[in-house]
Amino acid sequence: MSALLSIQKLTKRFGPITAVDGLEFEVGRGEVLGFLGPNGAGKSTTMKMISGFLAPSAGTAVVAGHDVRMAPQAVKAAIGYLPEGAPAYPDMTPLSFLSFVARIRGLADGEVKDAVERVIEQTRLTQVVMQPIETLSKGYKRRVGLAQALVHDPEVLILDEPTDGLDPNQKHEVRNLIMSMAAEKCIVVSTHILEEVDAVCSRAMIIARGRVLADGTPEELKARSGAASLDDFFREVTGHA
Amino acid sequence: MRNIGLIFRREFGAYFATPLAYIFIVIFLVMAGTLTFFVGGFLARDQADLQPFFGFHPWLYLFLVPALSMRLWAEDRRLGTIELFLTLPITMFEAVVGKFLAAWAFTGVALALTCPFWISVNYLGNPDNGVILASYIGSYLMAGAYLAIGSLISAMTKNQVIAFVVAAAVCFLFTVAGSPILLNYFENWAPGGLVEAIANFGFLTHFDAIQRGVIDLRDVIFFGSAIVIALIANAFVIDWKKAE
Repeated sequence: MSALLSIQKLTKRFGPITAVDGLEFEVGRGEVLGFLGPNGAGKSTTMKMISGFLAPSAGTAVVAGHDVRMAPQAVKAAIGYLPEGAPAYPDMTPLSFLSFVARIRGLADGEVKDAVERVIEQTRLTQVVMQPIETLSKGYKRRVGLAQALVHDPEVLILDEPTDGLDPNQKHEVRNLIMSMAAEKCIVVSTHILEEVDAVCSRAMIIARGRVLADGTPEELKARSGAASLDDFFREVTGHA
Repeated sequence: MRNIGLIFRREFGAYFATPLAYIFIVIFLVMAGTLTFFVGGFLARDQADLQPFFGFHPWLYLFLVPALSMRLWAEDRRLGTIELFLTLPITMFEAVVGKFLAAWAFTGVALALTCPFWISVNYLGNPDNGVILASYIGSYLMAGAYLAIGSLISAMTKNQVIAFVVAAAVCFLFTVAGSPILLNYFENWAPGGLVEAIANFGFLTHFDAIQRGVIDLRDVIFFGSAIVIALIANAFVIDWKKAE
């Protein structure tokens, strides 16, 4: 089976700084890839390039058979993307915001209502659908961002810190949601929380300074280092042992 | 086209989601009325036309239009929603045009609400309604040109105040380009061709021509191409600045 997401020598330079340095990996259907790394490692920049927001300096990402440099529209249509910080229009309600995203993502008028209701249910937003997003708590805002990424039922999900700012119960719910979708999708999740990788990811990748330092199942990574936890392994490979 | 319509509806709605829309419309109408009656001497000149009303439009637009355009891109960049917006399956053309048309339609609403002036002048006398219609069209085109410039400048910054001030300054330059205020400065040293070229960029020059009741194709093309050029530059600026 060919990979749904294929990263090929992906590179991003900002002036003299190389934020992402020739990354290469593939993610297939049914995989949940945990993207780990210290702040500034290039996680978000990589995700911005996959989602078509930033143009790569070199290399490319191929999503569901479409090259992001050649066919950015097709790539954007195939991806559900939660940007860092879960931005959303503060003046809109979750209901109007999700309807807007569903329509612009090409759902027919008849399908919009069902799709929006489905994601509101999935992300447990029912209580706040009529409140302006600017009045919502951080946890709800994050879930609105997640709902927006799911509304067109994409094959590939790119989630930048989906559980950041959530309380432990909400974290648990979002992890369950991710795991429930894992079988039929290809999911990339970035996180600082290493227990999250243990909980939801079938594969973990540690990057720093734009390069892959380690790649394997969470168990493999732990076994390889002899470290008792992913925490120890993380500190070891990112240079803080 | 569907995407432009969807973006248009969202952006147009955003104006009315905050008090901005109502404040803008009220201030626009109050100032237009005050200037027309007290400064323009609408009643004292005893003529059935709207020249004192339209004559102040460039000066009103000068600071009111930047107040509308300042949020177009600067707000999206500050909130980070630009990342969400530009990773939707839309083209840059649809994004820029959809936002611009929403703002332009909004100025159209404000302009349409000035119709009591037109009703009054028809009640008081027999004005040349052809001239008034031409002036309305000219005013709307000019507002579009100011907006496109404001949108371009809004894309350059995350700060709405900077977007406002810079847009007002640039709009001022374009307004007076054809008038002695600016030309006197260039006349002393610049070659005649350059002075003439600068004079041709003056919004006042082109608007005055339309205001006389003659919709010259050249004036329409001038404002139309000002809009198109500013919006093309707008798209490039977004592409260039979005990573910051």
